[in-house]
Amino acid sequence: MNAMDTIEVKEGVDQETVDAVKELSGAYKHGWETEIEMEYAPKGVNTDIVRLISSKNKEPEWMTAWRLSAFERWEKIEEPTWAMVSYPEIDFQDIYYYARPKSMEEKPKSLDDVDPKLLATYAKLGIPLKEQAILAGVEGAEDIPAEGRKVAVDAVFDSVSVGTTFQKELEKAGVIFCSISEAIEKHPELVKKYLGSVVPPSDNFYATLNSAVFSDGSFVYVPPGVRCPMELSTYFRINAENTGQFERTLIIADKGSYVSYLEGCTAPKRDVAQLHAAVVEIIVEEDAEVKYSTVQNWYPGDENGVGGIYNFVTKRADCRGDRSKVMWTQVETGSAITWKYPSCILRGNDSQGEFYSIAIANNMQQADTGTKMVHLGKNTKSRIVSKGISAGKAQNTYRGLVSMHPKAKESRNYTQCDSLLIGDKCGAHTVPYIEVKNNSSRVEHEATTSKVDDDQLFYCRSRGMDEEEAVALVVNGFCKEVLQALPMEFAMEAQALVAISLEGSVG
Amino acid sequence: MALAQMKLDATEARLAGVTLPDGAVWARDARAAALERVRQMGLPTKRDEYWRYTDPSSLTAAEAPTAALLENDEGPLFEDVDRVRIVFVDGVFDPAASDDLSTEGVEIERLADAMQVDIHWAKDIYGVLEARGQKPVERPLAALNTALATDGVVIRATGKVSKPINFIYLHNDVASDAVLHNVVKVEADAEITLLETGPAAARFSKQLEVELGEGAVFNHVRAQGRDHERRAVTHCFARIAENSSFKSFTLTFNGVLTRNECVLEIVGDNAVAHVAGACVGDGKDFHHDDTVFVTHDAVNCESRQVFKKVLRNGATGVFQGKILVKEGAQKTDGYQISQSLLLDDDSQFLAKPELEIYADDVACSHGSTSGAIDETALFYLRSRGVSMTDARNLLTLSFLAEALEEIADEALAEELRDRLERWLARHS
Repeated sequence: MNAMDTIEVKEGVDQETVDAVKELSGAYKHGWETEIEMEYAPKGVNTDIVRLISSKNKEPEWMTAWRLSAFERWEKIEEPTWAMVSYPEIDFQDIYYYARPKSMEEKPKSLDDVDPKLLATYAKLGIPLKEQAILAGVEGAEDIPAEGRKVAVDAVFDSVSVGTTFQKELEKAGVIFCSISEAIEKHPELVKKYLGSVVPPSDNFYATLNSAVFSDGSFVYVPPGVRCPMELSTYFRINAENTGQFERTLIIADKGSYVSYLEGCTAPKRDVAQLHAAVVEIIVEEDAEVKYSTVQNWYPGDENGVGGIYNFVTKRADCRGDRSKVMWTQVETGSAITWKYPSCILRGNDSQGEFYSIAIANNMQQADTGTKMVHLGKNTKSRIVSKGISAGKAQNTYRGLVSMHPKAKESRNYTQCDSLLIGDKCGAHTVPYIEVKNNSSRVEHEATTSKVDDDQLFYCRSRGMDEEEAVALVVNGFCKEVLQALPMEFAMEAQALVAISLEGSVG
Repeated sequence: MALAQMKLDATEARLAGVTLPDGAVWARDARAAALERVRQMGLPTKRDEYWRYTDPSSLTAAEAPTAALLENDEGPLFEDVDRVRIVFVDGVFDPAASDDLSTEGVEIERLADAMQVDIHWAKDIYGVLEARGQKPVERPLAALNTALATDGVVIRATGKVSKPINFIYLHNDVASDAVLHNVVKVEADAEITLLETGPAAARFSKQLEVELGEGAVFNHVRAQGRDHERRAVTHCFARIAENSSFKSFTLTFNGVLTRNECVLEIVGDNAVAHVAGACVGDGKDFHHDDTVFVTHDAVNCESRQVFKKVLRNGATGVFQGKILVKEGAQKTDGYQISQSLLLDDDSQFLAKPELEIYADDVACSHGSTSGAIDETALFYLRSRGVSMTDARNLLTLSFLAEALEEIADEALAEELRDRLERWLARHS
């Protein structure tokens, strides 16, 4: 039974919102499992496993050395405990660090050759048929014209990338989009230059572990002045039992380029919690712009908190060049534990960072998520909008940092975090850090729903709406604006989310 | 782990040879238990999350740094207020300089005397509220104060106290290291106003524990610092009962280091807790830290935190505020605002305004801003013929006004406003 069925909702909370949250997190739709023959590395992590992963990916010596030095460091550091999440101790030696479908040992030549179970997996996840063929790694399918909107997909199944679509078409534009293992092989100069330059292997416990054992992930390079002709996306699927997924994504937007990148993830229902520790690094050069959108829908565990994905993710964008821009949009509905702080280093002058987040936690889910905006360059701007919704016995925490360095003159930050509690057994928390070290910058942090844009409110009021209606319209309007930016397979989730209103927020 | 052990070792080294003052059994027990708490927690270091913005090393060092005596003193505050003066010189009670302590509606005793009495009401408060306030955040310096406090008074208000009680802290010794602990019990429906003024000592550790009965009213106005090299850590722990009201305001002028912690626990329904502060800091060696923790554990209560800081010439302002609404504390109205006005590019404001909410029918909001003087407002005043200096001072004063408005007594607020105005004039 869903814990939300029995919960009384306080006055002022929109019933549609309650239903939408219930719908979203009540029954996990992607909890099925693909029965497929897998090949595993032995359980646990040690230098041999690190070497094994490196050799499976046919990596050069420098990459193996990089991993080993990260592993050496990881052995010496302790798991962080500052987040407002509690979970049983993770036994890092009781996890498989490498698992791949046996059929992926040799790349399938045609649709008929692809393991039908693998095919069915993609079909069931709702990925369009044309892409499905490509996703399953069919050679030649890429020449068939795509119907409708084009989205290139890199599909990661447990530890390996199954396939990347539209590579040829992207190549024509000069865009490199492939799995990170392929990039290490084919573009070592780019990987060498950028890997670990935003999230160094020493960054934090999970990033260090990831640096040692990451098995695959996506790589994007957009050359100077190129507007990426289609949206790029990665779909992460955890399927194997007792397996951790450690993927690494590296996105480089060279001078004056633009790319929009989407990320989706799901996993089967299991009684045993599974670990996911990813690292995403984004480099944004002069005048470039990157949009990164995520719908995180890992299995959240059942209503008693059994099973689910422990999601410890380090995501960071480095706006190196002047006038560079990055935008994080995230919808967090899954995972038993979410520990995730997509951040922006605003190094270039006039650079800009944005963070829009909707985090929904139900049952026994715990989410500790937010962002860091580190203003280093002059006239840098950042905006943070975070909406946290808790239901059941869930705990939802916004944790963020806004830092204005002494040299970040004339910079600006605006932060708004709202929380909504559905039921009296859940919690909503806000832990912002604000550090201002010059006086020409303005920093504003607020957490009230009534503080919507006065001009918009005035406009609505002048059209005869009462205050409450006007606020609701403006707030909901904003939500929709964010959600409409989420295309493709996110459409379903996004649609349900649109029904959510933040009336009755507690700030 | 190694780090934690180092911290505990350092604490043991600091506490070696410390002897606790003698007293009745309960008093000795309270001090010994507090010392044990310090040993368990270890003294704070800059690496502690709760001290990330303020370096506690000068507060924990065995030797207190010296502080020159006051210069540019503008004379004592609240001279025109009819009050009971209780004077401490470098942390030692001075009966000759103090007024007669027998006042209608209140019993006042010296802490040392109360601690000799076998059965005393203060037993249920001294160190008890502090111990409760150690969760969820540890405050080892408060426990150290409970263990070592050498002087202070215990006050029990039984009715509406006719005049304010004024603690006046004088500073005469450049190397004084004072540890004071005051206890206030406001019985049901009683009412008391407490004033605190003066720089106190070169290093000052002060704790105030306040227990409010049902329907009790406690008003607190404090002015600390002024132009001085003093270092201070103060703690206020209050337990707030049904229908009672707790209001505290602090004005801080210069001083090298000030950390004011205020830990309020609302345990009765329909209670009110307000804590506010204004500070004006000038100079690189000015560091001011307001750390507030309000716990709502009752229905239909209101809490407000209003903090304003004006900083210049490299001054640092810190605000760590938290509203914790426990499960079941429905109809809570929690408000928190922290703002800083940075008058130049060297000054900094570091804030951590937190909310932790476990009840769904509540209205909690917080805001935090930081910025320079509004150029448009400045231009407007200049265009009306106001000099640059006057315009800046006027805008600074109006920025601080919201915090000063939290003072219930208009006359007291006016006197502090006047002080502020003169401070600004002197520093412009």
